[in-house]
Amino acid sequence: MSTRPAATADAWTLADPVAVATRGGRAWRRLVRRPPAVAGAIVVLVFTVIALGAPWLARTDPLRTDWAKIRKPPTSANPFGTDDLGRDVFARVVWGSRVSMQAGVCAVLLAIAVGVPVGLVAGYYRGSLDQLVMRFTDAWLSFPFLILAIGLVTILGPSLTNATIAIGLGATPTYIRLTRGLVLATNAQEYVQGARAMGAGDTRVMLRHIVPNIFSALLVQATVSIPGAIIAEAILSFLGLGVQPPTPSWGTMLNTAQQFLESAPWMAWWPGLAIFSLTLSFNLAGDGLRDLLDPKDY
Amino acid sequence: MAEFLLRRVAISMVTLFVITVIVFTGVRMIPGDPARVMAGTDADEAGLAEVRQKYGLNDPIAVQYVRWLGLAVRGDLGESIRTRESVVLTVRRKLPITLQLACFAILIAVGIAIPVGILSAFRRNTLWDYVANGLSLCGLSVPSFWLGIMLILFFSVRLGWLPASGFVPLFEDPLGNLQRMAMPALVLGTALAAVLMRQTRNSMIEVLSADYIRTAYSKGLAARAVIFRHAFRNGLIPVVTILGLQMGALMSGAVVTEQIFVVPGFGRLIVEAVFTRDYPLVQGVVLLTASAYVLINLLVDISYSVLDPRIRVTR
Repeated sequence: MSTRPAATADAWTLADPVAVATRGGRAWRRLVRRPPAVAGAIVVLVFTVIALGAPWLARTDPLRTDWAKIRKPPTSANPFGTDDLGRDVFARVVWGSRVSMQAGVCAVLLAIAVGVPVGLVAGYYRGSLDQLVMRFTDAWLSFPFLILAIGLVTILGPSLTNATIAIGLGATPTYIRLTRGLVLATNAQEYVQGARAMGAGDTRVMLRHIVPNIFSALLVQATVSIPGAIIAEAILSFLGLGVQPPTPSWGTMLNTAQQFLESAPWMAWWPGLAIFSLTLSFNLAGDGLRDLLDPKDY
Repeated sequence: MAEFLLRRVAISMVTLFVITVIVFTGVRMIPGDPARVMAGTDADEAGLAEVRQKYGLNDPIAVQYVRWLGLAVRGDLGESIRTRESVVLTVRRKLPITLQLACFAILIAVGIAIPVGILSAFRRNTLWDYVANGLSLCGLSVPSFWLGIMLILFFSVRLGWLPASGFVPLFEDPLGNLQRMAMPALVLGTALAAVLMRQTRNSMIEVLSADYIRTAYSKGLAARAVIFRHAFRNGLIPVVTILGLQMGALMSGAVVTEQIFVVPGFGRLIVEAVFTRDYPLVQGVVLLTASAYVLINLLVDISYSVLDPRIRVTR
């Protein structure tokens, strides 16, 4: 067995959090003082496991219709009941977590992939390029998020991929602005000027000195934007502009459920509860992460 | 002040210009013949020729843009493919309904968020603060359409107190209007209340730790006077800005809320337009929404600078 100092330090901190004044120890102490953040992170982890393990967790096929079981209330065989086509709601909720997580994470990754480099270059070089980028960003931000996503889906056509692209592009200007602002602040720091004085090139200064220092703020923003992206995907699918049937997604399930509120209310409970608990957990975890990385006395 | 105003207005004008370019090119990116896109699939040759002539679709793209912009500035955003009604008229008919919904939502949100936020700031880290914060986080996380469905399930299906959907104009049947608007406004107001409450709390905490508040207390002023005369005014400035910035979210929220509660407003209009591939209507609605948002933000910025003179100097 190889020795892993980091892991050992962590284990030690776990055993006696007060004794160790390492950075990890401080972070851990701050975290344990916030049980909601820990709970949020655990639930996010559980949803990730559910999304990855969907084929093993949902033993019934989420697409299999059964005319003998149309809109049946929860039973031991179908713990969340069945839907209007006799499909197992539990299996559909489990598989739906895949769609939601995938859309949420991919949309935010797209926003980061486009927004961070653009913001980095704009904030680093300033000048007319910066002005151009910022005016475009302002204009882009002037479209209410959903209206923009709807407009993009109209052009691209409704599908999960296009909805994800639309949500990602909708979130991009936030990252451009955030990165630019962070770069402006970091650029003025003495260590960056020092690096430049020592002859470091632009690329080196950006990648070695600026990016690592703005990383934590971007990470916090990502944790905060993922729940937004998950809700946006659910909304687009709910409106019929995202995932197309019969693929199980929480948004489309709620769309169908709305037609059967009187006869089969359970169809509306579970997918909504799933979205709610996942986004709430992301927000709790994000709040905790923010406290951890940017401790402000709020 | 004049320089600040001019600069701010100039920036808004540039933003508006970029918006028109985005909207114009957006519609051009729809695959197929632009004349067919603008006139609809069931338009005949004469209809297509008319559209080609009106928008000069054979001219270079820059000329087409200028012509389209000229028409848009004069209030001609084309006509709906489906109803053949002018886009501006359609919007004018639908907008008051959404505005009413938005006003109710703002009233509900402000009515909840500001008192709760102020109390939370004063009783920081008490049970009240934790509960309020928890509720605000729930309000931020709950998907509005699910909240809407749950309200229908409870108040309409289970209790039978409120109608689940529909709309009657305010002046025709005020009580019926309020009954039908209550749930949509609550749904729309929830997310806004959550955002505002957090902002109120944080900005009040910041203000309460300022020196002049300590001075006010040490002068022997009662807590009530300190809150209302000193902390309240300064603490609420950021809240006003956030409220302005939330207008976009409110418009997005209206799209979903109107869809659930079948409110025939602006938001439902855009979803219907997308489904019927009514491109001129989508284009017009998107352009108007974005322009309105830019104007609202301009007004917020200006009012902000009036309330807080430091802004004018630092920007």
